[in-house]
Amino acid sequence: MARPTQIGNEAQVIVTQASEARDSRVRSLLRGFRRDARWWFSIVLLLFVLAAIFAPLVSPYDPLAYHPSILEQPPSWAHLLGTDDLGRDQLSRVIYGTRISLSIGVISILMGGLAGVLLGILAAYFKGWVDQAVTIIVDALLAFPSLILALAIVASLGPSLVNVAVALAIVRIPIYARLARGQTLQVATQDYVAAAHGLGTKTTRILMRHILPNIFSPLLVQATISISFAILDESVLSFLGLGAQPPTPEWGSMITEAQPFIFSDPWMLLGPALAIVLVLLSLNIVGDALRDRLDPRDARQLVMPFRKS
Amino acid sequence: MLRYIIQRVIFMIPVALVVSFMTFMLIHLIPGDPARVLLGEDATPQSVAALQQQLGLNKPLFEQFALWLWQALQGNLGESIQLQQPVTQALLQRLPVTVELGVAALLFSLVLAIPLGVYSATHRNSWVEWLVNISSLIGTAIPSFVLALLLIFLFAVAWRIFPPGGYAPLMDDPLSNLRDLILPMIALGTGAVAVNLRQIRTSMTEVLEQDYVRTARAKGLAERRITYVHALRNAVVPLITIVGLQIGAILGGAFVIETIFLWPGIGALAVQSIFSKDYPVVQGIVLLVAASYMLTNLLVDLSYAFLDPRIRLNKS
Repeated sequence: MARPTQIGNEAQVIVTQASEARDSRVRSLLRGFRRDARWWFSIVLLLFVLAAIFAPLVSPYDPLAYHPSILEQPPSWAHLLGTDDLGRDQLSRVIYGTRISLSIGVISILMGGLAGVLLGILAAYFKGWVDQAVTIIVDALLAFPSLILALAIVASLGPSLVNVAVALAIVRIPIYARLARGQTLQVATQDYVAAAHGLGTKTTRILMRHILPNIFSPLLVQATISISFAILDESVLSFLGLGAQPPTPEWGSMITEAQPFIFSDPWMLLGPALAIVLVLLSLNIVGDALRDRLDPRDARQLVMPFRKS
Repeated sequence: MLRYIIQRVIFMIPVALVVSFMTFMLIHLIPGDPARVLLGEDATPQSVAALQQQLGLNKPLFEQFALWLWQALQGNLGESIQLQQPVTQALLQRLPVTVELGVAALLFSLVLAIPLGVYSATHRNSWVEWLVNISSLIGTAIPSFVLALLLIFLFAVAWRIFPPGGYAPLMDDPLSNLRDLILPMIALGTGAVAVNLRQIRTSMTEVLEQDYVRTARAKGLAERRITYVHALRNAVVPLITIVGLQIGAILGGAFVIETIFLWPGIGALAVQSIFSKDYPVVQGIVLLVAASYMLTNLLVDLSYAFLDPRIRLNKS
């Protein structure tokens, strides 16, 4: 009777070691924040998030209120980004637009990420026909260029922001499924998973407690990168008229509305265009920094000796 | 090599079936009766019934799919509702425009990315590398439609060098065609420059660390020859995969760019057809794009295996 307990203790030790490794990773993440200048861009992101949350408090005007007396005004102290062809304050519309871009970005990544990770983990853990079926579905989804798949889904479901979120979630499933599958295959061979098996732990518990936390950082890196893709795709679909419908203040559709005025009042494009570029730039930079910190495969590039020919 | 090709093609069959089923299902995802949606609000019950008959909508779903796939394989993608012509014919008329734009954008990105990537790999920590870093970050952060409008503003509105849009057929008027091509090409290709550049730089840096490069240096070969003949050849191999993946981004981007610059390609047609509810055309374009994207990726995999024997030997 002594033997199973011994194995049990050993397994317990291995499992504890794994969770300690995770703690020190969090600490090194905080250290890196001070060292790497790229993290400053996370403050830009934070500002956008705050603008989205407190939009009614920080926007100077009502984003939907028409003002026939101040049509197409160039930027001024009263209207920092000018007014559009209906006299609406562009800055207020850009601030409210943050809500849509960020929420569609985050929601679609959460939905698509969850579905993809679930499929990937199941495929890698159960292998056999489950794996084959998931692989075929993932390959089929990857056979469409992502924007065109999203476009096709929105075309059949009908133009609306909810349908854009659904389409962008479906488009992101394959990348998470592949990533989770590959990572799970690696982690599943580790001693602590075998140990948990030996202890008679339930499959769902092994997947949730032992596999998911250990494949989490590559997924997090992927998520920051895909949020920028989702925000980009959302603005493209809205620009084409398939997403946000007027009079909703949304960056892509604001650009569509400003496009006819490019010859007479080009500054109308300024606000929404700058907002999109700034959010995407910050997300890409922070995503890069996060990847260098969390992904050991790419960390290699940082320590590579400097060479001059 | 032949065994590898056959293996890859066989693996593609179930995926191709699922892809065509997804495309087929697009029309069935539309809320409501497809025939009524296709014909519009004020269609008579007779014409709805006739179209249901014609599309086989009263048959079981899998039978409909089999029929649709069989016809699609023979090049019959149905009739366009708006254009009054077969979908296949409409697509073939517009395909050359999209191909021209896509190829030009891809070439533009490679012509810029390869020399810049090589230079920044061989001159680490120089001001050129810094400039390349900053501009590739900004290049990936500007959506192609924003860049397109910026280019139109600069080159068509402010300086009046290029037209703000339009398309002169390549065969009829090559010079006007070139003039019309410049702005859309830059708008579509710039995103790819940054990605290609990073790839070239990373793989160049890796290759330059390899033993055979050191051997070449030890033999006293000129640095320029080592960089461009020995190293670049191997550094370009991973680029093939990236370019393969970018075909998808470029195809997707072409939909937007064609719409902005009023190019009569399949992308602009797709966007118009979505709004005019011309679903057979949308379906046909989605199928065409997916098929050509799958084929490109197959060719990429094969050329990769052809260039790097380790891949085909590992798998078979």
